[in-house]
This record gives sequence, structure tokens and C-alpha cells, in this order.
Amino acid sequence: MKKKHWYDYLWIWPIVYFSLGFFNILFAWLGMIDFIVPIIVASIGGGKAFCNRYCGRGKLFAIIPRALKMKNRKVAPSWMYSKFFRYGFLAFFMTMFGNMIYQTYLVYGGASLKTVVKLFWTFKVPWQWAYTVTSVPAWITQFSYGFYSLMLTSTLIGLIVMALYRPRTWCAFCPMGTMTQGICKIKNH
Amino acid sequence: MTRKNAVVDKEICVSCGACMEACPVGAIKTINGCFADVDINKCIGCGLCSRTCPTGCITLVERLDMKK
Repeated sequence: MKKKHWYDYLWIWPIVYFSLGFFNILFAWLGMIDFIVPIIVASIGGGKAFCNRYCGRGKLFAIIPRALKMKNRKVAPSWMYSKFFRYGFLAFFMTMFGNMIYQTYLVYGGASLKTVVKLFWTFKVPWQWAYTVTSVPAWITQFSYGFYSLMLTSTLIGLIVMALYRPRTWCAFCPMGTMTQGICKIKNH
Repeated sequence: MTRKNAVVDKEICVSCGACMEACPVGAIKTINGCFADVDINKCIGCGLCSRTCPTGCITLVERLDMKK
């Protein structure tokens, strides 16, 4: 039996994150940790230590099938981990991230704040109860809604592929994983 | 010594670390974040990594030094 480390319990992090965002959308900004830290770690020569040890989402996808005794042993179809799909999905994800920044900019410029969470970049889910702190500039709240939507959508996709295939199938095409592996490959070329 | 050990297809490996987590003897590490690598001296050939890998890029092969 391997010794448990503190980072083995990081599956709690996504649960805490989504719970906090459910009550106060401003907590969505905490998700930036999952965006910035892997890039910094990979850039300073730490490789994919974030994916390997500290990714709460990866740990959650690993622990759920174990807890539910799911027998998902099927390997994902090969296109799902092909370079074309991985980099294509990264490009799509970054485009959507850019669009979210643009929406934030529009609100900064005076457009009205939209208190909805957009799932799968399509379905608008009312989420106005989480808009509890109204004293901050509207663009900060708009970014929170956009970022929370991105985080929730990617987690839902991860849960779907986790149920269909092996637990950490999301990791095969996770945009952050693709990006950090790309950084590592460039650095060690 | 076991008859088999795990081998990683470095072209497919996404270096997610799922195999590292599954390995009971800590025989797997990632090389500079690019791909996973198995220490054949530690590997016990249990196949847990192979069954966990989301891309199925780990296979068990017969050890060359154990072939008859």
C-alpha cells in the first residue's frame, strides 16, 4: 500500500470550487490557479508535475469510478487522443476563452451583465442567485460567470468520458495538459 | 524477477500521470513532462498501469532477459 500524501486528497478542490461558485460566482476567479500554475510549472522546468500530482480534477475523475465501483475499462477511441484532435480542441478551447475575455471587455465598456452560466458553450442556465456581491465592477462578475461556465463545461465533458471510457480519459485531451506537454516538448527538443 | 514488464508508447503517451498513480511500486515517472517511462528494474509486471492508461499506450511485454 502506497503512502498517502496531502495531494492525494486534492479531489476535494473541484468540489469546493463548484460549491463556492454556486453560492457566490466571484469565487470562480480561484479557477485561474488551475490555468496559471500548470503553465508556470511547465515553463520553469517542472514538467507536467501539475497533471501528474496536483490536478484536482484528474484526481476526482480517478476517484469517482473507484468509489462507485464502475467497471469502465474501455480505452477511448484513437481519434480522441490523436494529435489533431488534442491540438484542435486546445485551439477551440482557447478561442472560447478569448470570446469570454471579449464578453468581459464588452461589459467593461458598458454592456449589460449576464447572470447566466453557459453550458457546453450553448445552453444558458440561470445563475443569478450567485450574484451576491454587487459592489464590484460588473466586468469582474462577467468574467466570473464566463470562467465558471468554462470550468463547469469541461468538468461535465470529463465526467461523460469518464463514465464511457477509462477514468482519466479527459486527461487525454485536456487543453491544459496538451498545452503543458507542448511546452515541455519545445523546452526539451 | 517477473516475466513481463510494462512498456510505454512514447508517441501516444499524453503524460497525464494516471499510470504513476496506479503503479504500486513507483516504477513509473514522466521524463521532462513529455512521456512516461517505466523502470524495468522496479516493474513487477502487474499491469495496473496498462489498465489505467486513458490512451491504452502501455502494454506488457515479455522481458528479453527472461526469455528462454
